[in-house]
Amino acid sequence: MSAVLPLNAQERTILTAPLLENNPIGVQVLGICSALAVTTRLDKALVMGAGVIAVLVLSSLAISLVRNHTPPSIRIIVQLSIIASLVIVFDQVLKATLYEISLELSVFVGLIITNCIVMGRAEGFAMQNGPYRSVLDALGNGLGFALVLVLVAVTREVLGAGRLFGYTVLPLAKDGGWYVPNGLMLLAPSALFVIGLLVWALRVWKPKLQEKG
Amino acid sequence: MRKLESTRYTIVFATVVCVVCALLVSVAAVSLKPRQAANARFYMEKNVLVAAGLIEPGRDISARELDEIFASRIQARLVEFATGNLVDADKVDARSYDQRRARNDPAASRVAPRNDAGIGRMPEHGVVYFVRDGDKVEQVVIAVEGLGMWGTIYGFLALGPDGNTVRGLTFYDHRETPGLGGEIGTAEWLSLWDGRRGYDDKWHARITVIKGPAGSPEADPLRVDGLSGATITGNAVTKLMQFWLSDEGYGRFLRKFREGAVT
Repeated sequence: MSAVLPLNAQERTILTAPLLENNPIGVQVLGICSALAVTTRLDKALVMGAGVIAVLVLSSLAISLVRNHTPPSIRIIVQLSIIASLVIVFDQVLKATLYEISLELSVFVGLIITNCIVMGRAEGFAMQNGPYRSVLDALGNGLGFALVLVLVAVTREVLGAGRLFGYTVLPLAKDGGWYVPNGLMLLAPSALFVIGLLVWALRVWKPKLQEKG
Repeated sequence: MRKLESTRYTIVFATVVCVVCALLVSVAAVSLKPRQAANARFYMEKNVLVAAGLIEPGRDISARELDEIFASRIQARLVEFATGNLVDADKVDARSYDQRRARNDPAASRVAPRNDAGIGRMPEHGVVYFVRDGDKVEQVVIAVEGLGMWGTIYGFLALGPDGNTVRGLTFYDHRETPGLGGEIGTAEWLSLWDGRRGYDDKWHARITVIKGPAGSPEADPLRVDGLSGATITGNAVTKLMQFWLSDEGYGRFLRKFREGAVT
């Protein structure tokens, strides 16, 4: 990464920490709502991940650029206006390019506006830091979010439908194969189980993440 | 810090943010509209083929493939609802006919008769797609719409040569609650319609979405499984089906069709 981007050690941490050690879903447990809704299939999860990354990066950049000119009394509503506008633009672009996926994602694209990660990075980071660092932070968090989405979606699509990207991975018993799909994986609660297992695995792997009881 | 806290500055800043955001959203919406409309139209025509069982639901096809299937298998025509007669194919290009626009055009529509389907206005003409295999008409696809829980539900219903047996159904545009009423758009639920019948023995439109499970299409042809948590959507589907199968909708045309008077 540092070969492509001129990063010092601190900036590298800003970018990479949210991937695992400070993952927005796995550690901060934010943005769960859309992680439940759009992870039944990998293509949906990838589009959603791309949307959140785009909105997060652009909103952090814009908010960071105007941070020293924003009246503190209206800063939250200013952040929301910027985020909401970007989400609407992304929704419009999606309808113009990936129409059928946009139909399946339906309301969940619009709900990026209320995704806690986007608001959290805007208020928690972009308001205090310069544009370059804000973009790095946004990119890291967006990628961390997308990473979890992809992991959950792969688990759910493979175990729930025996497919990945719509291609058969595990031949289904009803089509003459051997795999009997787990229907629960296609329902929202299974995402909670999968995310719960991920949170657990992450904390076993990185014991310093474990909260003291 | 004084400047940032003054009321005048706050109002000016808020105004600038609003104007910039509004410009951004408007430019995106206006400039992308033609492509979105083209996508919506393509998706609509694709659903005619899905209803007719010519392509699998969810399969990607190119615009060229779609045109080829339309050219070889589909014949679009317009029906005059009042008489059930077909409009001369030379007079109008039925494939480019926009039924939704016609409904809202005072010159091409009228106030719908009293109905339960929430239909206020209806066009004078409706589109039908004959699905041909060589010279034989295998199916006829009609357009249906009606008021659901949150907005209008649009779909296509494919019927066999008897103008009665359901061959396929799609709802390609609706605002029903995702996960509940929105399930009417899923292939799993729509496949339950195959083999059911629109009309009873006296040719009254009777197909009904019930609460709970219905029997097999052979044993229980006039009823379809309901969706739990979606009673209003289910009732809306019942009403819109019965409306468009009745004489107010495609009923007159379908009678002529099954008697072999129109092809």
